[in-house]
Amino acid sequence: MKTRNVAMYGMLIALAFILSYIESIIPIPVPIPGIKIGLANLVVITALFTMGPKQAFVLSMLRIVLVGFTFGNLSTMMFSFAGGMLSWLLMVAAKRWKRFSMTGVSILGGIGHNIGQILVAMWVINNSVLLYYLPFLIISGLVTGAVIGIVGALITANIKKLDFMKN
Amino acid sequence: MIKKSDLILAGVILIIALAAIVFINVTKKEGAVVVVTIGGDVYKTLPLDEDTTLTIGDKQGDYNVLEIRGGEAKMTEANCPDKICVAHRSIHYDHESIICLPHGVSVEIRDGEKSDVDMIAN
Repeated sequence: MKTRNVAMYGMLIALAFILSYIESIIPIPVPIPGIKIGLANLVVITALFTMGPKQAFVLSMLRIVLVGFTFGNLSTMMFSFAGGMLSWLLMVAAKRWKRFSMTGVSILGGIGHNIGQILVAMWVINNSVLLYYLPFLIISGLVTGAVIGIVGALITANIKKLDFMKN
Repeated sequence: MIKKSDLILAGVILIIALAAIVFINVTKKEGAVVVVTIGGDVYKTLPLDEDTTLTIGDKQGDYNVLEIRGGEAKMTEANCPDKICVAHRSIHYDHESIICLPHGVSVEIRDGEKSDVDMIAN
């Protein structure tokens, strides 16, 4: 592994960890199961655009394990894994398609995260009634994803200016 | 930073989601019974027009307290970590639900006809 990547991993995981903590202390304004702000996705999307899909996946999964053991439990980790994987998949696909900027990619990531969580939730409670929450989860993912995409684009632009990224 | 295709994507998604919300709201009708399930199994079916309080689970372990009052159901108490179920507003329309994910509990409103069949089946 390149020294550059080691440094990036360390920095981004620390950042993701802090963002997850901040998210855990912000009360959820609407009581809908599966809803998340997805602050940590800022780090995953930054990794996706500065390092690559594989690195973004590793970061996302490492973050979930670390945060799960620190602030959550196995059941919250299961939701995060489903959300994280679907979000990553949609973002990689959207990035490859080259139609969208980081904002569009992040919107799909935010929606993917919420849908992934609700799918696991439907499986856990074994009841399809949760589908009625889906439109709200999609809108929430759209809004948070857009904001995170715009901020992520600013961060990515600055990271790419760093000397050690220019080789 | 934002491309036209991003806006189209956001617009299309927003329209679909809003249409779904409008559809759900237009077609909603008053419910008649409250069906409580744990992990998908029916735990209890209660009429919506009778004021009661039900403790789901037991107070020693995981529990949720459901209150039916004035034709509305609400989770008034629970010892789950996220308390999303307690924060949820009261429900009374067909297909509305309160979910407690940590406990695998769902409280769902249904119209009478369907639930009569359920009650016989159980």
